[in-house]
Amino acid sequence: MSTSNPQAVTLNVNGVPYPVAIDTSRTLSTVLRNELGLTGTKEGCDDCECGACMVLLDGRPINSCSYLAVQTQGREVTTVEGLASQDDLAPLQRNILAAGGVQCGFCTPGMLMSATALLDENPTPTEEEIRIGLSGNLCRCTGYARILDSVIQTSVEINS
Amino acid sequence: MTMTIATTIDEILSGLSQGARPIAGGTDLVVGSRQGKGTLPEHLIAIDRVSELAHIEVGAETTRIGSGVTHATLMTDPTIVASFTGVSDAAALVGSPATRNVGTIGGNVMNGSPAMDTGAPLVVLGAQAELASTSATRLVDLDELWVGPGRTSAADDELCTALVIPNRPESSGSAYVRLEYRRAMEIAIVGAAAAVTLDGDAISSVRVALTAVAPTIISVGGLDAVVGQPADEAALAAVSEASSEQAAPISDLRASDRYRRHMIGVMARRAVEAAARRASGETISVPVNRALGVGAQS
Ligand SMILES: Cc1cc2nc3c(=O)[nH]c(=O)nc-3n(C[C@H](O)[C@H](O)[C@H](O)COP(=O)(O)OP(=O)(O)OC[C@H]3O[C@@H](n4cnc5c(N)ncnc54)[C@H](O)[C@@H]3O)c2cc1C
Ligand code: FES
Ligand code: FES
Repeated sequence: MSTSNPQAVTLNVNGVPYPVAIDTSRTLSTVLRNELGLTGTKEGCDDCECGACMVLLDGRPINSCSYLAVQTQGREVTTVEGLASQDDLAPLQRNILAAGGVQCGFCTPGMLMSATALLDENPTPTEEEIRIGLSGNLCRCTGYARILDSVIQTSVEINS
Repeated sequence: MTMTIATTIDEILSGLSQGARPIAGGTDLVVGSRQGKGTLPEHLIAIDRVSELAHIEVGAETTRIGSGVTHATLMTDPTIVASFTGVSDAAALVGSPATRNVGTIGGNVMNGSPAMDTGAPLVVLGAQAELASTSATRLVDLDELWVGPGRTSAADDELCTALVIPNRPESSGSAYVRLEYRRAMEIAIVGAAAAVTLDGDAISSVRVALTAVAPTIISVGGLDAVVGQPADEAALAAVSEASSEQAAPISDLRASDRYRRHMIGVMARRAVEAAARRASGETISVPVNRALGVGAQS
């Protein structure tokens, strides 16, 4: 076993600096949820398989259950809490609700993060590109079609 | 436990000489430390901020791919896609976008799994690993680097700084094809890479290497008979037979050894065919698995 010896670091999450003292072995998902109280990020498998823990690191998706929190120092983390503005849901959030792409909701934060990164990089993805973009996110409820529809709808809105 | 975030290669090398272990994307290291599979090293040195490790440099004779180059870059970088296409085919199959964003070629090679996807294409392209320590820098052939599943001949204080690949002659092509049961988040059941150079219609050189059919990535020997021949049915059948014969696969819950042995021949044939088509100037988009509809279907 490794010795417990907390490291003092500052994590930047959704534009806010959080000074924390954490064990080096802690993964980003546990720190977000248990130290910072940002429980939007979910842990499904805690083994890099399901994508429920997806967050953005400098704008690109990573599995936060399998990324050491201290390794994000000096980088910007975005979680699902960072998508909406004070008053409004982000267009993708609105569209996934309207399309019926949320059932139990457990996969939703991770789906939103992967889809947000995809649309930022490629505002006009093909259906195939959306499938690849979401290929690290499992959903056991919706059958994916409505989630796909909401990404397509958001892409149409961005480009009109 | 500690983690230092390095900003220079010297800082990494001095950390390694004092017993720290490198972490790049952590997609093998952190996931591998789970479920009693192992523990994280006591001292980690993060190497993902060192910009020299993230470069691709095209020289007069060789191309240097920094060990910190991610799979996401390998699958889209114009130089790699144009000249070392098999590496792009492999990188495009790794995990999911999240895995490819942080997972690196150095981590893939140094983790030493016989199922690593970039390994076979690097072997057929004649790549060497550049290993550096505080005392020396050396180039090592990949078949000398990988000594067993998860084991390399690199010393603990050596950092892989780059993969160095000889630039390809005219009329050359490469490809990597993998058997998979699903289209993402898959580990190769078996895989094959090929590099082909043509002289007119005839094969002037061919190399084939196999993934996940032996304790390490293996090269297929005895392909001299197809040199001078066109990449036709007879040549492809010879490649397929040699590959199946030389494979030493295991049985596990994902596939029996017999099935793996048969399918490695199929994958090798497809890899050579795609590499030869690319060598003749045809564009087959990356990855071959999707472009030709091999592997899992949608
Ligand atoms: C969900 C998932 C799916 C995956 N799918 C695939 C797949 O389809 N195909 C595939 O091949 N792999 C796959 N992998 C494995 C992994 O993503 C790759 O091997 C990746 O390239 C590892 O790179 P990394 O930077 O994350 O390595 P790390 O985990 O950071 O390091 C791996 C090992 O190499 C050492 N190391 C790293 N860099 C260096 C260096 N420059 N010099 C010396 N030692 C070094 C580390 O100390 C460690 O022991 C998958 C992993 C996950 C979690
Ligand atoms: S909780 Fe991270 S991938 Fe499942
Ligand atoms: S809505 Fe339940 S897992 Fe996706």
